[in-house]
Amino acid sequence: MDNYVVEVKGVNKVYGKTIKTVALHNLNLGFKTGSFNAIIGESGSGKSTLLNILGTLDRPTKGDVIINGVSTKNMSKGRLSDLRNETLGFVFQFHYLLPEFTALENVLMPYRIANGKAGKKSRDRAREILNLVGLEKVENNLATNMSGGQQQRTAIARALMNQPKIILADEPTGNLDSQTTDSIYQLFRKINQELGTTFIIITHDRRVAEKADRIVEILDGRISLDIVK
Amino acid sequence: MKLAFDIALRFLKSSKGQTALIVLGIAIGVSVQIFIGSLITGLQKSLVDKTVGSAPQITVSPQEDGAYILDSQAEAKTIKATNPEEIKNLVAVTQGPAILNTADESATILLRGFDWKAAQGIYKISDRIVKGELATNDNEIIIGEDFAKNLNLSVGDTIELITPARKTGKFLITGIFDLQVKSLNESWILSNDRAVQEFLETGEGVSQIEMQVNDVFAADEVAGEIEKRLNEDTLVVTNWKEENAALLSGLSGQTASSLMIQVFVMISVVLGIASVLAISVVQKSKQIGILKAMGMHNPKASLVFLFQGFLLGVLGALVGVGLGIGLSWSFATFVTNPDGSSLVPFFIDWSFIGISAGIAVAASTLAALIPAIRVSRLDPMEVIKNG
Ligand SMILES: Nc1ncnc2c1ncn2[C@@H]1O[C@H](COP(=O)(O)OP(=O)(O)O)[C@@H](O)[C@H]1O
Ligand SMILES: [Mg+2]
Repeated sequence: MDNYVVEVKGVNKVYGKTIKTVALHNLNLGFKTGSFNAIIGESGSGKSTLLNILGTLDRPTKGDVIINGVSTKNMSKGRLSDLRNETLGFVFQFHYLLPEFTALENVLMPYRIANGKAGKKSRDRAREILNLVGLEKVENNLATNMSGGQQQRTAIARALMNQPKIILADEPTGNLDSQTTDSIYQLFRKINQELGTTFIIITHDRRVAEKADRIVEILDGRISLDIVK
Repeated sequence: MKLAFDIALRFLKSSKGQTALIVLGIAIGVSVQIFIGSLITGLQKSLVDKTVGSAPQITVSPQEDGAYILDSQAEAKTIKATNPEEIKNLVAVTQGPAILNTADESATILLRGFDWKAAQGIYKISDRIVKGELATNDNEIIIGEDFAKNLNLSVGDTIELITPARKTGKFLITGIFDLQVKSLNESWILSNDRAVQEFLETGEGVSQIEMQVNDVFAADEVAGEIEKRLNEDTLVVTNWKEENAALLSGLSGQTASSLMIQVFVMISVVLGIASVLAISVVQKSKQIGILKAMGMHNPKASLVFLFQGFLLGVLGALVGVGLGIGLSWSFATFVTNPDGSSLVPFFIDWSFIGISAGIAVAASTLAALIPAIRVSRLDPMEVIKNG
């Protein structure tokens, strides 16, 4: 129990006021530090809702999210922002890069949100991460002047910039071809092994899920399957 | 701060067309303000200058009609000491009505005498002499151009003047002046102070002390100070503003209407900026959403838009000042009287331009407040859910 890096306790999520949609039913789920997890399930089962709540982007209707052993229930918006900036990295189905900035500048963004200016040390680190994701040649391209795979890899590099403990990825390869998909999962695994970063990845791809340490299946807002290898 | 500023700058750069359009909007607003402002100020300055530029702006005279200020030099010193920065061109004038008799006509004139050198400040007589020269000896005078024409007089003629006390004197015309005001050219006869004092038998006494001030619009305040300083019931202090109330109310009406135009121009500029920035918030909602998801605080995200307003204001003000000055200059250069002189003289009031530019920057920043508030309310979830 103690080594959960992130945990939901009794989490309910209800959408709507007049017509109520219960997206999550009393969920209890924790993820171990340094683990590599896949969340699978049908469309509309509540996966994204769970991930967004884990990432403090959304608030549960009931229950608590505990990150690094600290309850987030009574945190202010500012505290939550700082927590996301320091501890969490997000990768979505869409890259959400800032098209006005270059790949390198996009990667630096989480650092600059925390520190304002980016010095030489942080720039070197951003380049190193771009190297890691194989984008050293396009680091000065505007986000709009890259292929879909390059954009998504830039978004991953950005998620890694502040050395987060947890990476939350919601169908990160949903828009990519199978070859790019493979290379991105290899990259995730490498980061997981080298840096000990915890990964929680929503995926449709069974092949991908099978390579994870743990598979959690969600069905109608409940955990229907939880396999730890 | 730095990041918000950099993002604001990048947002503006990335939509160059939109940015140029708002900057142009602000610039036109500012330039119209500057143009109208300097037009009105220039107009008023030249009008006031024409009215009182070559006339006394403050006059100290005895309360009683026909009385004289006896120690004029000491009084002049006291007056000057009241506000040495403002008061200038002091001149003591001895004057009195007289009747001129010629063979077939008689005319009432005002005989005025002063020290030519001192009078140069207000009246610039030596520049206004069109024929002959100043009257420097006793029994010498100069007369106005229109008076000379009406009575068919010229330099070298001698005329006879009679005072209300029935004293007569003969005077030699040494010169003819043109004060550019017909009524003065018809009714004033000028001479040196000694000659007039002797003819009117005032002894050392003078009729009034006249002066000008550096800031003509402060004439009433300075007059008030003088009154307090002199503290004498026998003397009255008048200033041009009390005697030109109609002109002044005309001017303030003009100022008010120009202010009105400027206010409405600014309002339309502010509305323009606010609406374009509001659209820009929608356009940039993805960027804002992800920045917040990555941990940017709400006030910082708002700051991005305030900076955009500020930057647009600064750019617009700079272009607008250039445009406004160019417009004012062109108007002064190309819109001319038949004689080629400017209809309205080119006039640059830097403090007014500075205020206009400052207001534009402040208004632009303020206009960004509504979009900035919308930004702070934007929930990153909305962006992420809707792709
Ligand atoms: N903002 C919302 N308002 C109402 N219902 C929502 C909202 N977001 C999600 N839902 C509903 O919640 C359920 C779970 O959605 P989601 O978590 O996106 O599923 P998944 O990611 O597994 O496809 C779905 O039935 C969806 O229609
Ligand atoms: Mg989903």
